[in-house]
Amino acid sequence: MSRIAARFSQLADRGRTALIPFVTAGDPNPDVTVPLMHAMVAAGADLIELGVPFSDPMADGPVIQRATERALAQGVSLSRVLEMVRDFRVQDQETPVVLMGYLNPIEVMGYTAFSEQASAAGVDGALIVDLPPEEGHDLIAMMRDCGLDLVNLIAPTSNPGRIARIGQVASGFVYYVSIKGVTGAAHLDVSTIADKVGQIRERIQLPVGVGFGIRDAETAAQVAKVADAVIVGSAIVGRIESLAETPERIPETIAGFLGDLRAAVDAADGVGHGSTSD
Amino acid sequence: MAIHADNSHASRMETGRDTAYQMPDANGHFGPYGGMFVAETLMYPLEELLKAYETCMADPQFQAELDADLRDYVGRPSPLYHAERWSRELGGAQIYLKREDLNHTGAHKVNNTIGQALLAKRMGKTRIIAETGAGQHGVATATVAARLGLECIVYMGEVDVARQEANVYRMRLLGAEVVSVKSGSRTLKDAMNEAMRDWVTNVDDTFYIIGTVAGPHPYPMLVRDFQAVIGREARAQMLERTGRLPDALVACVGGGSNALGLFHPFIGDEGVAIYGVEAAGDGLETGRHAAPLSAGRPGVLHGNRTYLMEDDDGQIMETHSISAGLDYPGVGPEHSWLKDSGRATYDAVTDDEALAAFHHLTRTEGIIPALESSHALAYAHTLAATMRPDQSVLVNLSGRGDKDMHTVAHHDGLVL
Repeated sequence: MSRIAARFSQLADRGRTALIPFVTAGDPNPDVTVPLMHAMVAAGADLIELGVPFSDPMADGPVIQRATERALAQGVSLSRVLEMVRDFRVQDQETPVVLMGYLNPIEVMGYTAFSEQASAAGVDGALIVDLPPEEGHDLIAMMRDCGLDLVNLIAPTSNPGRIARIGQVASGFVYYVSIKGVTGAAHLDVSTIADKVGQIRERIQLPVGVGFGIRDAETAAQVAKVADAVIVGSAIVGRIESLAETPERIPETIAGFLGDLRAAVDAADGVGHGSTSD
Repeated sequence: MAIHADNSHASRMETGRDTAYQMPDANGHFGPYGGMFVAETLMYPLEELLKAYETCMADPQFQAELDADLRDYVGRPSPLYHAERWSRELGGAQIYLKREDLNHTGAHKVNNTIGQALLAKRMGKTRIIAETGAGQHGVATATVAARLGLECIVYMGEVDVARQEANVYRMRLLGAEVVSVKSGSRTLKDAMNEAMRDWVTNVDDTFYIIGTVAGPHPYPMLVRDFQAVIGREARAQMLERTGRLPDALVACVGGGSNALGLFHPFIGDEGVAIYGVEAAGDGLETGRHAAPLSAGRPGVLHGNRTYLMEDDDGQIMETHSISAGLDYPGVGPEHSWLKDSGRATYDAVTDDEALAAFHHLTRTEGIIPALESSHALAYAHTLAATMRPDQSVLVNLSGRGDKDMHTVAHHDGLVL
């Protein structure tokens, strides 16, 4: 069983919703990332999404765009991100890590080289924003051979036919983008999310994560009631940005914020606080 | 397989559409290039757009409306001009210019915006967005939006806003909101990123008018089809004027819409050599250029796989050209296919060579060309000189140079 499947099944047994933080690798500098990942796990993260910087982040709002620019200014490449995951794995062999980014850095590295190197580094999957199932066959096959999951996005505009098609290729979990828009955009509507998550569950047997627009404990708790995973990105990255000049404070501050989210999600689940790796 | 040039009446009447060349395939691929590399949110709207496009293209009423607009509003057909003095002076092939500079708004861009705006109207969209580099596509979009009474937002890189002030003002006069894009390299590619972000956010009521043969399927196909009126007219005009097809075609390539518009109806004409001219900027060897076909490699950007200017980590590089309209790190995927298949040849011309051609056409023929088109003129000058006087070269004069007065004056050390 893959690390991602194992983690979700463990959570399901306990009736808990996964909490998935996103951070851009190398933001605001490469030394922060691995300690930050460990701090997030200690604060209750069940899986980590690690953003791979790309020069043209078309699906991201201003907060993650700026994080990307900070990381690129430090020369953080896809290979460097894989090194970070390798470092993370020295201490943590349990927590799944999913890369999130755009296709071009993977194209340039090569599908085979990427799949082999990512797997060797301890990566569990990848979510490639600009790779719909129609274009993904070759990479999906290669990743699968290396034991990696390709996590697919589902959008508010995905009709039942598209959801079913995504279900045929998705693995690990699926990521429902809760709003039409870029990352960090405002105002999610929990009742429409619940409807859509219901449609997804009818067609896809994988856990359903919900992200885009979850900014605080309150929205996290609302989403936890309908989803298998709550994904929080811009709200974390925005806090990292405000500490860019004092990076030593980042792990502790983000851990504090995640702790609040964890408590809210657990309360929504009706379970007490507890680490999944205990 | 293809329609060959001969002097029969039937051949003259042909549009030049090649029966063997059927690109893209049903999924929008030109061999390994093209495709739909976009976020899931945009997949449904792209499918919707493809359906609407296919319906409209099969609808005689849509075609009639489009043809009437091209005639009465754009001023088509655009003339074919024999640059006799230039040709004589050069002593090589006869040079013919397809005068897209004489279109309403001053460039070929309007052929496409007219078509896409009609499509937007048919689809019931009320809000138009566009990206622009030099501002020509932005002006052409603002123009058709004004005429149809549609809200219009144009994204333009901050660097381009500064170097194309006159076009920014034109767009504002036409009622468009011009958004200055401050992310990334603050040029055309970043304007396109921002337009995609807008589209993904406002997908229900918004139509994105892409200005070139790039972006996700079906854009490269539909922009090409709307621009192919250039080549269809030019082909018939050359046959009419000279009794034969040209020996060579030359057009500048940024994203490549004016080039593909000219080339496409000639692809099946094996005797016609096809040359696309990229911007070599300060020179390919300096790295400061915008010539992905000449000096880049394949990758994925803005919804399609194509030749790109990118570094070893897959990050898109900043480009340089004196011409804002060519200052783009990618190129339409069909050009990548035409390059690999060998049907077209791509080369690059430096800023200095383009400027020399700009001045030369202005003084020799009394036509002030756009700096983009000047790249094609520079290449044609060199090419025609190697050919015989009974041969001919057809150049797409894709736009007029009024917008470039400040750039050229600045380069010559003047302040207007």
